[in-house]
Amino acid sequence: MHVTSPVRTPLVTGGKTYADVTEDICKQVEGKPTKEWKIAFAISVVVLLYGTCCLFWTWWEGLGVWGLNKTVGWAWDITNFVWWVGIGHAGTLISAILLLFRQKWRTSINRAAEAMTIFAVICAASFILMHMGRPWMAHWALPLPNTFGSLWVNFNSPLVWDVFAISTYFSVSCLFWYVGLVPDLATIRDRAQNKVSKFIYGTLAMGWNGSAKTWARYEYISLILAGLSTPLVLSVHTIVSFDFATSVIPGWHTTIFPPYFVAGAIFSGFAMVQNLMLIARVVYKLEDYITFEHIELMNKVITLTGSIVGCAYLTEFFIAWYSGVEYESYAFINRATGPYWWAYWAMMTCNVISPQLFWSRSLRRSVKWTFFISVIVNIGMWFERFVIIVTSLHRDYIPSSWAMFSPTMFDIGDYIFSFGLFGTLFLLFSKYLPVINMAEVKGVLRTTSEKLPAKISGVSKADRLASPAYKKDAE
Amino acid sequence: MTDANKKFLVGVYDDDDVALAAVNKIKSAGVKIYEVYSPFAIHGMDTAIGHPRTRIGIAAFCFGLTGLLCAITLTTWTMGIDWPMVIGGKDPLSFPNYVPVMFELTVLFTAFGMTITFFLSNGLGPTVKPLLFDPRCTDNKFVMAIDLSKNKMSEAEIASLVKASGAEEVSVKQV
Repeated sequence: MHVTSPVRTPLVTGGKTYADVTEDICKQVEGKPTKEWKIAFAISVVVLLYGTCCLFWTWWEGLGVWGLNKTVGWAWDITNFVWWVGIGHAGTLISAILLLFRQKWRTSINRAAEAMTIFAVICAASFILMHMGRPWMAHWALPLPNTFGSLWVNFNSPLVWDVFAISTYFSVSCLFWYVGLVPDLATIRDRAQNKVSKFIYGTLAMGWNGSAKTWARYEYISLILAGLSTPLVLSVHTIVSFDFATSVIPGWHTTIFPPYFVAGAIFSGFAMVQNLMLIARVVYKLEDYITFEHIELMNKVITLTGSIVGCAYLTEFFIAWYSGVEYESYAFINRATGPYWWAYWAMMTCNVISPQLFWSRSLRRSVKWTFFISVIVNIGMWFERFVIIVTSLHRDYIPSSWAMFSPTMFDIGDYIFSFGLFGTLFLLFSKYLPVINMAEVKGVLRTTSEKLPAKISGVSKADRLASPAYKKDAE
Repeated sequence: MTDANKKFLVGVYDDDDVALAAVNKIKSAGVKIYEVYSPFAIHGMDTAIGHPRTRIGIAAFCFGLTGLLCAITLTTWTMGIDWPMVIGGKDPLSFPNYVPVMFELTVLFTAFGMTITFFLSNGLGPTVKPLLFDPRCTDNKFVMAIDLSKNKMSEAEIASLVKASGAEEVSVKQV
């Protein structure tokens, strides 16, 4: 039975029926691409092509085209990798952790957030391939028998753990996303007018018919997949942080890294979800599904995780002093007051101060402020990784080898490549797949809709087309 | 569907609550319900129809265990037996270092094994033609199918029962 407290704010507004949900979401998939979509797609492809040229040259010439030097051997590549992986975390948090916590507001945003996860992880993985310099040897990271007798990978190394973590995370995220898509693909299949889309969506829908037995198993495996994805997503960024934390570099060698990285990942990921959803909401007219309530709830998560990140920054600084280790203290004083002070203070302002503005309810519910702060947060989180990586490396133990890092056009071009890739993939997704999980939204409609119509099922498109009144209108 | 040419009585409902109540009412009248098709999961529908509880969790556990054993074998055999190496002064068989890989492979095997089992057990696949009594069941309607050959009551009796339970359309379909 559907019982809900009357004090709960509605999650779906506009008195939608089940048929309305189908119609509103499928409209985007079935219609011809709009002019705005075509322009956005063209821009993304151009950006991607430019990035591909830069990437080609990076691989053709070697990593010497980057601004790396003997002291700073890791810079933008790993910064971008950690940034993208972090962004991916919000999707899994929304679809898995919020499912375990029975947060029904996730249903309107989980599909797009999961898509964002998958594309962000693809972008992150591209930086792993880039920083190898010789991507044709990427399989050396896997424990494959080889001609060296067999010389295996080193399972003591966090870099190998990372290979397992990222590839598991990527494939399990794809699986979770696809299983959730199947019922919606079946809806599109049954509405499809032409043979080609009937075949494509029919193949992808795997013959789904929504029987009670299938739904029961579906709910069961969704729960287990959520239960698996929750520790998985935490393990992924924990292992990413181990890449740094298990080293002996002052500024990296800290035990606070795993929780600090995970909080930062969710922080930046939610900011990216906000950016994407605020655009999708307007372009696809989804204001009734992604309401101010959703925006406000996501902003609360941003404030919470932003505060955790702020606490971690201060704790790190305190421990650097309290440990009494000269090198550790210097690494942190150098971050705040050294030649990279501007990066440090950009990070502090963007990540610690800006999310605190969301204590104000009117800012939390303002689309413009949310968008603005989300962009700021993502800039801040990029600087966080830059600060951790470059400022810890650029002044090492011998002052004679101290150096600065300045990016070349290939550092920048390879970063632009990832934006082109992400934009292209996300635009393709938002055109050809339903951006909102119709089945799950229908499932929560009754308990969370503002004012339900007397007949909740509504009139489906087929009936609407067949009715004589429609024909009269068309004439 | 393996056995062709079966007669089904199909009732189309407009509301998920009505459909769930109808299942209970029709069941208590002694009619066996073949299946109910809905555009979203209705909690308690499978138990109301009388489907047994899914055992996919057991399969998931077995896959997870396989993954864990594979990971233990892979890490300890490569690092400790096939080519023992001392790296950073550590014991070649430093078990705690393998925990991340063991965890990841356990999750990987569980997720893939369980999902493949899910598709196979439901008879879902890329070339499968869906058994649809009414295509609106993926949009906004709730469709109940009753296998007439499995029930002793006459077609007319069942039809009136379904109609009385709130179905807006009742028809007979040959599958």
